[in-house]
This record gives sequence, C-alpha cells and structure tokens, in this order.
Amino acid sequence: MAGMSELTASQRFQAFANPARFMALSDRLLPFCVVVTALLLAAGLYLSLFDSPADYQQGETVRIMYIHVPSAWLAMFGYMVMAGSSAVALVFRHPLADIAAKSAAPIGAAFTFLALVTGSLWGRPMWGTWWVWDARLTSMLILFFLYLGYMALWATIEEPVRAGRAAAVLALVGSINVPIIHYSVVWWNTLHQPASVFRIGGPAIATSMLMPLLIMALGFTLFFVTLLLLRMRTEILRRRVRVLRLARTGR
Amino acid sequence: MIRAFKTLVFRDTKLAIRVGGGAGMAVFFFLTVTAIVPLGIGPNLKLLGNIAPGMLWVALLLSALLTLDRLFQADFEDGSLDLLMTGAMPLELVAAAKALSHWLTTGLPLVVAAPLLGLLLNLDTAAFGPLVLAMLIGTPALSFLGAIGAALTVSVRRGGLLASLLVIPFYIPVLIFGVGAAGGGGVSAVPGAGGQSLLLLGAVALVSLVLGPVAAAAALRANLR
Amino acid sequence: MSMAAFFDMGGYAAFIWPAYGLAAIVMIGLALQSVADFRTQRKLARELEAGKAARPRAPARNANPEV
Repeated sequence: MAGMSELTASQRFQAFANPARFMALSDRLLPFCVVVTALLLAAGLYLSLFDSPADYQQGETVRIMYIHVPSAWLAMFGYMVMAGSSAVALVFRHPLADIAAKSAAPIGAAFTFLALVTGSLWGRPMWGTWWVWDARLTSMLILFFLYLGYMALWATIEEPVRAGRAAAVLALVGSINVPIIHYSVVWWNTLHQPASVFRIGGPAIATSMLMPLLIMALGFTLFFVTLLLLRMRTEILRRRVRVLRLARTGR
Repeated sequence: MIRAFKTLVFRDTKLAIRVGGGAGMAVFFFLTVTAIVPLGIGPNLKLLGNIAPGMLWVALLLSALLTLDRLFQADFEDGSLDLLMTGAMPLELVAAAKALSHWLTTGLPLVVAAPLLGLLLNLDTAAFGPLVLAMLIGTPALSFLGAIGAALTVSVRRGGLLASLLVIPFYIPVLIFGVGAAGGGGVSAVPGAGGQSLLLLGAVALVSLVLGPVAAAAALRANLR
Repeated sequence: MSMAAFFDMGGYAAFIWPAYGLAAIVMIGLALQSVADFRTQRKLARELEAGKAARPRAPARNANPEV
C-alpha cells in the first residue's frame, strides 16, 4: 500500500504541474475571450440580419447561411480539436490533452446539431423538403453519431484515465474513418442523385455576404474557444474533487 | 508465433460452436429479421426483389453487431485476457486471432445463409453470385472493425449496446459498397458501378484488417491497465 | 424598412427566425450549463480542500485565485 500511495503522489504531481499553470493562464484569458466573443457575435448578428442584402435567387433565406455555415465549420473544427488532442494524449500522455478532447466533444456536438437543424430549416424553402439524403447532410449526421458515441464512451467508463485512453483510441479510429465514410457517402450519393441538387453557398459569394459570414465564423470560433477553456477548467476541478474524495474515503 | 495464433483461433472457434457458445444465434437472428421484413412492408414480390440486397446487408450488419460482445467479454471476465496480455504473443495478434474466429463463427455462417434468405425475398437469380462474393469480402471487415468496439467497451458491464452504437458509423462504408457490389439500390443501372464498388469494398476490408487489430489492442491496453 | 417587413423576412420568417432562435437557445444553453457546472465543481473543490486543510499534507496549489 505504501508503494501505491507513492505512485498516486507522483501521478498527482504529474497531473497538476501543468494543469495548475493552465488554470492560472486560462483564468486571466477567459474574461478577455468572453468580451471579444460577445462583441464579434453582436457585430455578426447586426451584419447578417440588418446590414446585408437578400440573395437574388434565395431571397432572405440566405440569412440562415450566416449561422449554418459557421456551425458546420465548427462541427468539423471541433472534431479536429478532439482527434488532435486525442493523438497528443495517446502519444505524449500530456494530462491536458485528455481534458481538452473531452471538453471539445459536447461543443462540437452542439454545433453539429445546429448545422443539421439550420440546414433543414434552409432546405425546406429551397428544396421543398426538410431533409434530403445529400452527401453533406448525410456525412454531417454520421459526424453527429460519432460525437454521441464518443461522449457515451466517456460517460460509461468511470475511471478518468482509463476512459480517456479508450476515448482517444475511438477518436483516432474515427478520424481515420471520417474520410472513408465521407467518400463512400459521396459515391453512394452520386449514384442515386443526378447533379440537380441545389448547392449550398453557390459557386461564388458576394463581398456584401462574405463580410457577415466571416465575422460570424470568427465569433463562433471564439465562442468555441471560450467554452473550451471554461469546460477544461471545470474538468480539472472535477478530477481534483474526485482525487480528494478518494483520498478521504481511502483513509 | 503462428502456432500460438492458430491455437487461439481454434480455441475461440471451439468455444463459440459449443452448446451455449452462441454461434448459431447470429444466423437465427439473421433469419428472423429477414422474415419480418415482408411482414412489415407487404408481400409484394417485385418490391421485395428490389430491396433484397439492401435488406440482406442491413440484416447481416445487425446480426454481426449482436454477437460483438462475445469477442472479448468472456475472456475479460474469467481473467484469460490478462493472461493473453502478459503472454509472448503481441496483443495485436491476439485481437486479430479473436476477430478471425469471430468471422469464422459469425460472418461465414451468415454468408452461407444469405442466398437462402435471398430466395425468401425474391432476390434476382443473377444477383446471388455478386451478393455472396460481396458478403465474403465485406464480412471480415465487420468482424475486424467490430473488434474495436468490443475492445473499447470490454470493461463496461453489458457493453454490447454501446459497442454497437460506436461501431455502426464505421460499418457505413461496408454497407454502401457491399450493397453496391451486390447490385442493389439501383446501382446495377449504372454501368461499371458494381465492379467499382467491389474494388472499394475490398479496399475498405483491407484497411480494417490492419486498423481493427491495432486499434483493438490499443483499446484493450487502455481498459486493462 | 418597416418593423413588420423586417420580421416578415420576405415571407421566410417561419424558417429564418427558428434558425436564429434555435442557435441562440443551443449556444446560450451550452454556455449557461458550462458556467453552472464550473461553479458546482469549484464549490465542491473548495469545500473538500477546506476540510482537508486540517490534515498534515498541504492542499494542492490554489488554482483559483479569484474569490
């Protein structure tokens, strides 16, 4: 038992050496992030709702693009953050990587959900149907399932180190599979649907629409970063609480 | 090393076919799922013939998922997995052996049963050959990808459902190319698409033969440390 | 542009406003849940650390300088 406590002591040192620094740094960074996010989102909302033209083809529905496209982008960005952190967690065993991957998942899943629903709300007036088995929509739906599976795995394995390793393996296998899945869906889709499907976004985009889109995308990204920092702080605290509780009951 | 691999495959296969091993269950499930399809959509033979390749593939996928928890769970519970981990054989090979025996006791019987069920669904006689060929190539991928899900959830009690949820997205390419190679889903109307999807199915199967054991071994290490 | 015309969104109000509204609900909801979770964990950590202070081993470095 003496060896055991020594192990946990060194583990604790390893686990908290970096997180302590992260906590101090993120604490100073967070208020700044919140302010910038709020400013960007407010500007983006103003531009996309008031200060941008209606599309000559799609009319006012083009305004849905300003939340749909950034959501879709962050859905993929979130998975990249998750898979990247998982790789770092598996290879370098960096204690923060694990935490970052876990914290990114719910945010990415939320944006995937938003991309799906806003896409559906956009598709209804444009395509005349709530859902088409279009390659992008289908891929996005599968991405949503991947997020849910990843979160479910974290939720079912109780011990954080063990859950982190298993989830990292899943995220990496997923990142290898995402291109294969996407390609197979595109292949499947081109067989079934003639190329008459309306393309979201169109070939070129006017500057008057690009500006609100970029500001919104930036605002969404900073929102992601802010929440990621906050959720990582929460996760570090949660693990500390767990260790303290175990130490207490262990005595 | 090869001998140890063979021994493990034989052992697992024997355990699976023994009474209570559950190897027959997957085929029985495959049969029942296929039998309830006409009950659900009506006995229109033309319609059934059209959807037969797709339905058979979906039923095959479900049957394969059903047996995933058998892959590592029993060995994890009685401790033999710990022994295998400390043994000389790399864990990747252990996972490969287990996936192979899973294919022998689940995938192969399902492929054998598929033409028979094709008759029930009024599958076009010309489609029998391509369907069996596609399933022969595709089912190993199901076992080897399934091993990842089974390994990830090995320490979770009743992890079978979670394993299925984790693995289904990875099965999608197998399903798409498998149905395509079998000439289902209107693919036969596109010239050359069947052969193309057979090649792609082969590629997916080869990738999963490598990816499956490596990822499953990593997942087992994560769960058992 | 009149208020009514703005809210009508060229006849697409039924699609545009739900899209923006849902985005707002999801994003604000996630933010609120994150903040609430953070507060809960911080409170728990403080309580446990305060209880632990009586023990010989020093508490982990305080990572929450704000009060």
